[in-house]
Amino acid sequence: MGREIRKERVPVPERPPQERIKDFKEVKLGYSPQLAVEEAKRCLQCSHSPCVKACPVNVPIPQFIKLISEGRFVEAARKIKEENIMPSVCGRVCPQERQCEGACVVGKVGEPVAIGALEAFAGDHEASVGYEKFKIEKKSGKRVAVVGSGPAGIACAADLLRLGHDVVIFEALHEAGGVLVYGIPEFRLPNEVVKRELDFLVEMGAELRLNFVVGKTKSLYQLLKEFDAVFIGTGAGLPKLLNVEGVNLNGVYSANEFLTRVNLMKAYLFPYYDTPIFTGRRVVVIGGGNTAMDVARTAVRLPEAEEVTLVYRRSEEEMPARAEEVRHAKEEGVVFKTLTIPVRFVGRDGWLTGVECVRAELSEPDETGRRRPIPIPGSEFIIEADCAVIAIGQGTNPLVVEGVKEVKRGSRGEIVVDPESLMTSLPGLFAGGDAIRGGSTVIVSMGDGRKAARGIHKYLTQGL
Amino acid sequence: MFRIVEKRELSPLVAQYVIEAPHVAESAKPGQFVIIRVTGRGERIPLTIADREPSAGTITLMVQKVGKTTYHLSCFEEGNAIRDLVGPLGRPTELRRWGRVILVGGGLGLAPIHHIAKGLKELGNTLTVIMGFRSRELVFWEDRMALLADELVVTTNDGSYGRKGLVTEPLKELLEAGAVDAVICAGPVPMMKAVAELTRPYGVHAVASLNPIMVDGTGMCGACRVRVGGEIKFACVDGPEFNAHEVDFDDLSNRLKMFKKYEEIAMRSFQERCCGCRGERWEGR
Repeated sequence: MGREIRKERVPVPERPPQERIKDFKEVKLGYSPQLAVEEAKRCLQCSHSPCVKACPVNVPIPQFIKLISEGRFVEAARKIKEENIMPSVCGRVCPQERQCEGACVVGKVGEPVAIGALEAFAGDHEASVGYEKFKIEKKSGKRVAVVGSGPAGIACAADLLRLGHDVVIFEALHEAGGVLVYGIPEFRLPNEVVKRELDFLVEMGAELRLNFVVGKTKSLYQLLKEFDAVFIGTGAGLPKLLNVEGVNLNGVYSANEFLTRVNLMKAYLFPYYDTPIFTGRRVVVIGGGNTAMDVARTAVRLPEAEEVTLVYRRSEEEMPARAEEVRHAKEEGVVFKTLTIPVRFVGRDGWLTGVECVRAELSEPDETGRRRPIPIPGSEFIIEADCAVIAIGQGTNPLVVEGVKEVKRGSRGEIVVDPESLMTSLPGLFAGGDAIRGGSTVIVSMGDGRKAARGIHKYLTQGL
Repeated sequence: MFRIVEKRELSPLVAQYVIEAPHVAESAKPGQFVIIRVTGRGERIPLTIADREPSAGTITLMVQKVGKTTYHLSCFEEGNAIRDLVGPLGRPTELRRWGRVILVGGGLGLAPIHHIAKGLKELGNTLTVIMGFRSRELVFWEDRMALLADELVVTTNDGSYGRKGLVTEPLKELLEAGAVDAVICAGPVPMMKAVAELTRPYGVHAVASLNPIMVDGTGMCGACRVRVGGEIKFACVDGPEFNAHEVDFDDLSNRLKMFKKYEEIAMRSFQERCCGCRGERWEGR
């Protein structure tokens, strides 16, 4: 009581925009131990902890921040790991302003405590001294297949290992990590950070099988025969394309293709790496979410691109992207055209030359509370472009459950599960993450992975 | 790593590789493909499965030297291993007892055609196979196709072997003579387009196996999108085979040009650095 609140947060060191747009290295440099302690001291240690309630997996935030303020960094990381096994990842990619930091009491009078940056600091610090192996319960003799090596799969596998089950993780691509490696760019989440989490899982006993497409290489039925339970965490790998004229012109990409070429296949190092990316001089990115920001900021860094324009149909206020991504994109020179709806792609000789758009205004909030964009007749105009990337969201990739009639699916193709156990309508088969949601966040998917691990454990030990 | 257990040069351009991939050998059906990545810095390319031997755990792929990746692979010999291989991908061919089927393969298109012929033969179909090449030295697998085909026609553009001309000429004669229940083709886009146009007036069931650019091969990226019956389809998961009469071949042909400029750069860069090391030292350069 009576303690003075420091209203300004200790800034997280970042590389200046002019420098960082020349490469794909991480933008945020992270706190030094000294800065982390200083920032941690701003936390009021509120007993009602609204930050914890606002966290999808209820990380014990005041506790880990207190440990940082006392210089006990490794203990801080392990405190976080009680609820979230990947602090280095979540500290970098969670939409904190809508979760923990949005609820922070300090934020009511000044800037909220930099919970995300402190979380990443703790995770990185622990990694630098080496992870502590977790205690494994008595071996159960049960084997579980985890399909997909993204956030949901990683979290599920870790808990299953802890509970004494054998785990085999199946990954369709040649590298593990799912959206964390093919989707989120290196400058926001270095692949090295993801790799150390996966290496740790393997060290703890998980088996990783790359180049294995469940549903094709082996069917789900075969897997259910070979394993005692199966978890599906295959993500939302089905790009939504705009159903407009010209979508097949050369130069038009889905965000998934664009990001996969650059992040997973390392097209930014072409021809040292074999996979190319074409952008031309002018790039238009369509969408207002984190993926759209990732695409725009990636494009800025590619050698051919000179002008990058982001087109979004609502206003900046409605953008689903993290505030920090929007700020970073603007600092890096991305031009924002909001209240703008793309209506068709125009081209010549099979190649894109522009994106025709129409201006929009927002309606009054509808029954869902959202303000819809309404096109203004006669306001059509063309943004000249050599390349356009569609980043308007994802659906659930159906490949893994294709032809498996027992698995109930929702209207948008998402896998339907029991909300408590996350078991599907096929006994022994569980699912979580974007596969059941069609598009959410890393932290929510990790929460699902853990929940499913509990459901699987119960199923394996107590039956249905 | 996926070991090459047998390599055979079939022509100056095409080589046949038998590769150890037990899971793929077990599950692969006619019409399906794999995606390979030759080395740790390689791109992902799709190759149709030409044959499989489940008991040996192997599949057969045919590779034509067209760009950096395929030239690089041609450096690999028996005993070498390629970095990544995933599959079987795509929907299998609809294998039915059609009756009389004409299979048309142009050049490397013979890879899927061979596997499809095997599947159709097992069901008791009568097969006529038309295989087209530019010239005599490029002809391959005539012996293997002869084992499956009830009737076999080889054409070369320059007439240096078999019948002179394009595959469409014998195909037209067969269609005119009647009693054709289905036509399945695979090969260069202009050939498939010609087969589609030729068969259309006869109302015969026609299928084309498409070969667009792919990245992941699981429906995630949409690089392989093609226009079929006015709709956008992903060749990797909805295909690679489609009703030939509904495919927009001009669209496919255009999209295949998307990275031409870069393919040339990659090829030049490879030729400058290629040392004949059979791929082993490449990783370190």
